[in-house]
Amino acid sequence: MKRKLVSLMLVLSMTAAMVAGCGSNNSGSKNDNASKSDAADASKTDTEAPAADAEATGDGTVYYLNFKPEQDEQWQQLATKYTDETGVPVTVVTAASNTYEQTLKSEMAKSDAPTLFQVNGPVGLATWKDYCLDLKDTDLYSHVKSDDFVLKDGDAVDGIAYVIETYGLIYNKTVLNAYCKMDGAKVSSIDEINSFDKLKEVADDIQSRLAEVSEAAGPDYDLQGAFTSAGMDSSSDWRFKTHLANLPIYYEYKDKGITSTDAIEGTYLDNYKNIWDLYTTDSTCEPSMIATKTGDDATAEFSLGNAVFYQNGTWAYGDIINGGLLTDDDLGMMPIYIGAKGEENQGLCTGSENYWCINKNASEEDIKATEDFLNWVITSDAGRDCVANEMGFVTPFDTFDDGYTASNPFVEQANQYIADGKTAVSWNFSTIPSEEWKNNLGSALTAYASGTGTWDDVKTAFVDGWASEYAAANE
Amino acid sequence: MEKSIKKYFPLFALPTLVAFTIGFIIPFIMGIYLSFCKFTTVTDAKFTGFSNYLKVFSDATFVHSLWYTALFTIVSVIAINFFAFVIAMLLTKGIRGTNIFRTVFFMPNLIGGIVLGYIWQLILNGILAHFNRTLVYSSAYGFWGLVILMCWQQVGYMMIIYIAGIQNIPGELIEAAKIDGASNWQVLKSVTLPMVMPSITICTFLTLTNGFKLFDQNLALTAGEPMKMSQMLALNIYDTFYARNGWEGVGQAKAVIFFILVAIIAVVQNKITRSKEVQQ
Repeated sequence: MKRKLVSLMLVLSMTAAMVAGCGSNNSGSKNDNASKSDAADASKTDTEAPAADAEATGDGTVYYLNFKPEQDEQWQQLATKYTDETGVPVTVVTAASNTYEQTLKSEMAKSDAPTLFQVNGPVGLATWKDYCLDLKDTDLYSHVKSDDFVLKDGDAVDGIAYVIETYGLIYNKTVLNAYCKMDGAKVSSIDEINSFDKLKEVADDIQSRLAEVSEAAGPDYDLQGAFTSAGMDSSSDWRFKTHLANLPIYYEYKDKGITSTDAIEGTYLDNYKNIWDLYTTDSTCEPSMIATKTGDDATAEFSLGNAVFYQNGTWAYGDIINGGLLTDDDLGMMPIYIGAKGEENQGLCTGSENYWCINKNASEEDIKATEDFLNWVITSDAGRDCVANEMGFVTPFDTFDDGYTASNPFVEQANQYIADGKTAVSWNFSTIPSEEWKNNLGSALTAYASGTGTWDDVKTAFVDGWASEYAAANE
Repeated sequence: MEKSIKKYFPLFALPTLVAFTIGFIIPFIMGIYLSFCKFTTVTDAKFTGFSNYLKVFSDATFVHSLWYTALFTIVSVIAINFFAFVIAMLLTKGIRGTNIFRTVFFMPNLIGGIVLGYIWQLILNGILAHFNRTLVYSSAYGFWGLVILMCWQQVGYMMIIYIAGIQNIPGELIEAAKIDGASNWQVLKSVTLPMVMPSITICTFLTLTNGFKLFDQNLALTAGEPMKMSQMLALNIYDTFYARNGWEGVGQAKAVIFFILVAIIAVVQNKITRSKEVQQ
């Protein structure tokens, strides 16, 4: 009898624990937004011990869903430092590469939703604007240098860019300089490459005598192609389906004087074709093989001296230097010339696709804590040092002007182009109607390069895809 | 004993029932509800009626992936069951090292789908590189790559089920058939096959539903390239849900249709193979 009783008690307590454990989760996910914050509060008080010492500064917590895997480590350190200083718990979670939207969608449905998240531009904002707090009255907004760096929905400031990035055609200065001194070189100095035609001439020439150029450049070099492989693996395809596609979009917008459109005409698609052909033919690998080439492949080819040109941005600096062979003096970046009119005055592509947004549905304490945290990041010495020197970010905040400027050769080069009076190309790819559009364009580019598809497929994906994706997203 | 089992039945069934409700019934009902909604996060949805379902069938990629999946399932069900049965027959003949062979054949099944997908991608791309091609050159490459992968992964598992079935056949049945002068082929056709029919039911059920539900391997091997031509149903649903703003509900509607389809096919298949089973 006694044994029976004991076992009965055991079973009961097990069931009770299960029901209680699952029950609270369950109610949290089924509640609507209004009661969500209550649920979040309730669970916090009994699950998170640090809340007790945080009382002095309010009991808010910060949960940042970070977009950039490259900077995950620095964010974690910064979060620890902030918690040590103020006692406010800061959780930083980084979504795996290419899965930010997925992660955000599922995290935002939870009762402990991120208090701080990112959108990538106007199109991203359209999806998330119901969750964005108006940042107009925050300290963060008061430090932004210009409204060019914020995302607005009507009058409300929904997102604030925190990093300004630049991309272009990274080149190996040492090799190019050596090439310029060779007999029969198409240009006598790098500055002369200021149009698509010149770029093509030089690239074709280098491609036709790789061994000679390698020899002229030095014993470390073993050139396999003018350009690194135009990899269409998902770790690298955004360089072409998004970043390179920005140029035809940019010039079309510029001609029409618009900043977004519901139907693109593709007036610069021939130029897009030319540069894509150049990338894939004067390359380290056969055009039919690009489908499997990864981002790491391209970085390795460039940093080991197997290629001269590499389309990528300021963020690639660390990876290139880690390759070991190249130093700052070897690196340069030039605009991506596609043969548009007036491109001799074209600068690098500069913009942002990283905007901070604060979750409107978070509890008041959490919102307050998040604002304080961001303010600390951009005003305190520790925060500024980490952002500028360790993450290497160029920011749009005026608090960084006194000595906290990131420096790498690419950033300097971007500033130099602007100082020389060149017009920076804006990041119009944030107006691309959906990820689907990019994916379809990427597939079409791959098929075209491998010879199984035609350029008409690319055109269809670019022009018709834009209209249908725009319609699908905005109905 | 029987009485006390009855008495405590609700108590013992409760934990599982609760878990089942939370892990299956609630998400399932929520999922059906969401397929009629427009939403960004699943807890914040707006009812819109049947519009999602109308969009599903105007989406050409869905229809293509449906046929592609059906074709793949037919081929893989036949191939996997054929090889599994042949290997099971060989490994019940009592040849030396039977146990080692069984273990080796079963092992691929212990590796997860994503990992297998990437391993086979490397292998197949490595071979195709000699011809300057890649797996995503045409959807046929992706198709056969996936068939090879799935055979490699599942043959071992189905083999175990067939071995169990074959070992259950009473020796005297086969002996009696042999004494009556039946050839090996006749024994196989009239004794072995009818007797392992329960195993066949299970194996076809498993391979059929696995074929339809296939996701990881598809994602890892080709991710639907080229141009969604090797995209299967599950991946199509996933892409609709995540890659298009405002199309989450459509993805959900596709998922509901997908469920109904797989359920119907599985029930029909079960009926058909069940009717062929014989009593011992």
